[in-house]
Amino acid sequence: MIVAVASGKGGTGKTSLAVNLAISIGNAQLLDCDVEEPNAHLLLNPKITRQEPVYRLVPVVNEETCDYCGECAVFCQYNAILAFPGKILVFPELCHGCGGCILICPKKAISEEKNRIGIIKEGFAGDLRIVFGELEVGEPMAVPLIREVKKRLDKSRNVILDAPPGTSCPVIETVKGSDFCILVTEPTPFGLHDLKITVKVLEDMRIPYGVVVNRAGVGDKKVYEYCREKGIPILLEIPYRRKIAELYSRGVPFSLVMPGWTDKFQKLFEDIKELIGD
Amino acid sequence: MRQITILSGKGGTGKTTITAAFTILAKRAVVADCDVDAPDLHMLLHPEILETGEFRGSKIAVIDETKCIKCGVCREKCRSDAITQNLTVDPFSCEGCGVCTIVCPVKAITLTERISGYIYISKIKYGFMVYALLNPGESKSGKLVTVVRQNAKQLAEKEGNNLIIIDGPPGIGCPVIASVVGADAGLVVTEPTMSGIHDLERVLRLLKHFNVRPFVCVNMYDINENNANKISRFCEENGVEVIGKIPFNPVVTEAMVNGKAIVEYSPECDVAKEVAAIWNRLCTELSLR
Repeated sequence: MIVAVASGKGGTGKTSLAVNLAISIGNAQLLDCDVEEPNAHLLLNPKITRQEPVYRLVPVVNEETCDYCGECAVFCQYNAILAFPGKILVFPELCHGCGGCILICPKKAISEEKNRIGIIKEGFAGDLRIVFGELEVGEPMAVPLIREVKKRLDKSRNVILDAPPGTSCPVIETVKGSDFCILVTEPTPFGLHDLKITVKVLEDMRIPYGVVVNRAGVGDKKVYEYCREKGIPILLEIPYRRKIAELYSRGVPFSLVMPGWTDKFQKLFEDIKELIGD
Repeated sequence: MRQITILSGKGGTGKTTITAAFTILAKRAVVADCDVDAPDLHMLLHPEILETGEFRGSKIAVIDETKCIKCGVCREKCRSDAITQNLTVDPFSCEGCGVCTIVCPVKAITLTERISGYIYISKIKYGFMVYALLNPGESKSGKLVTVVRQNAKQLAEKEGNNLIIIDGPPGIGCPVIASVVGADAGLVVTEPTMSGIHDLERVLRLLKHFNVRPFVCVNMYDINENNANKISRFCEENGVEVIGKIPFNPVVTEAMVNGKAIVEYSPECDVAKEVAAIWNRLCTELSLR
C-alpha cells in the first residue's frame, strides 16, 4: 500500500507524521519527496548505503550544423531557446527536457547533455528503509528528481511518501499513484484555507483521503466543521504540546518517547487500510 | 524602488505573519503574495479587489479522437508519461511541451491554452496588494510568481510607492527563485529546529547564488534556545546578520483566527514589539527612510 502525506500549508507537521507513522507500522519504506527541503532524515539519522547523482537532459546546439532557422525556438513552449540570425541561446534553467527541439530541428543540429540536478540517497534506520533526494541549490525543477525518488519505490513494503508543501506540480508528482493521501492540517484559518485547496486537487485526481489535525487545541473549530460538512474522515488528532515541539526541534520522533503513540499510529494505518478496503 | 522578499525554506515558520506585520508597519507599500499555491496573506490584510486577471500559463495536449489511429507514437515519445495506456491525455502529467503534436503521424493532436490561475490587483488599508491563485495541480507557479511581481512593480510605479514586500513560498525551487531574483534583500524566517537549521542553510545558499542580500530572523526561538544559539553562530560564521529573535506566543494564532496582523491585534505583545524592532533595523540597513 502506498500512502502519501501532504498539506497545502507548510509546517503543519507532514514530516513529523510521515516519520512517526513509518517507524510505528514496521516493514516500511519512507520516500521523502520534498527534494527542495528534505527533512525526514534529520529525524531518523539513517545509515546511508547508496548515493546517486541525478541528471536531466538539456539541449546543446551544434553551431556548425545549425543554420539559425529558429524552428526550435518557435517550438519550445518554455522559451528555453532563443534564436537570432547567427546566434542561438539555450537557457537550461527554463528547459523542461521534453526533447521536442531535437525532433523538430531540420538540420539535426541539436543533441542533449546531462545537467546535474541533485542527488538521491538511500539508507535505513532500524528496519525502516528511507530514500530521499536533495535538489541542487539554484536548480528550479524539482519534478524530475521526485520522479527519480519514486522510481525506488518498493511495493513489497508499506510505502509512505512525504510530500512537499503546496498544491502544484511537485505535490502532484508525489501523490500520483498513491492508494491514499493523509492531509495534515492545523485548526487555524491558514490551515483550513490551504486544506480546502488540497482537497480539490485530490478530488480531481480521485485519490481517497482523510485528515489528521495537528496542534489540536490551538486556533478554532472551523476545520472540524468543514470536515463534518464534507464528510471527510478525521483520522487522528495530535494535540498541541510544547513537549512535541521541543522533541521535534531536537530531531526526535515523539512516538519513540511519548507512550501510547506507536499504537495510535498503527491504528491510523489500520484505519486507512479499512477505508480503502485493502 | 526597494524589494524585500520574506522566505524560509521550511514551511510554516511564520513568513506570512511577518509579511502582514511589515506591510502595516511600512504604512504605505505594495505587498505581493507570491505563495501562489497556498496564498494566505489576504486573510490578514483583507484586500478589496480592483482588478482580476486570467493567467494562461500553460497549455495541454488535446487528441482528436476522430483522427487518432491509435498508433501509440505519442505515448512512446512523451517524456512526461502524460499519455495513458488508452491513449488519452493525463492532465496532471501533461506539461504542454507539444512533442506529441509533432510526432503524431496523422496530426490528431493540438495544444490548447488553459487558464492556470487568476491574479488579483487590490487595495488594502495600508497600500496595495497583488496576489494570485494557481488552479490546484497546475504547473506554472514560477511563471505566475513572475507575473505577480511584474504587476506589483507596475502598481508601485503608478502609485509612487517605493517599496515592494514579497511573501515568498516555501522551498528553494522555481517559485522561490522567481520570488527572490532581483530583490534587494531576502529575510529568511527560520525556527530553532533541526529542519529549520537544515533548510536555512540551503536557502542562504540560494540567496548567495542569486546575489540577494540575506537577513535572518529566528521565530519561536525559545522553543529550543540551544538551537537558536546554533543558528546565530552559524550565521555569524557566514557573515549573515541575525536581525531578530521572536519569542513563541500563542497570541499569534489568536490574531490569525481573528483575521488580523499581530501588530494590529496585540501591538503591545512581545512578538509585535520584536517584529517592529526587526522592521526598524531592516529599514535602517536598506535605507528605507
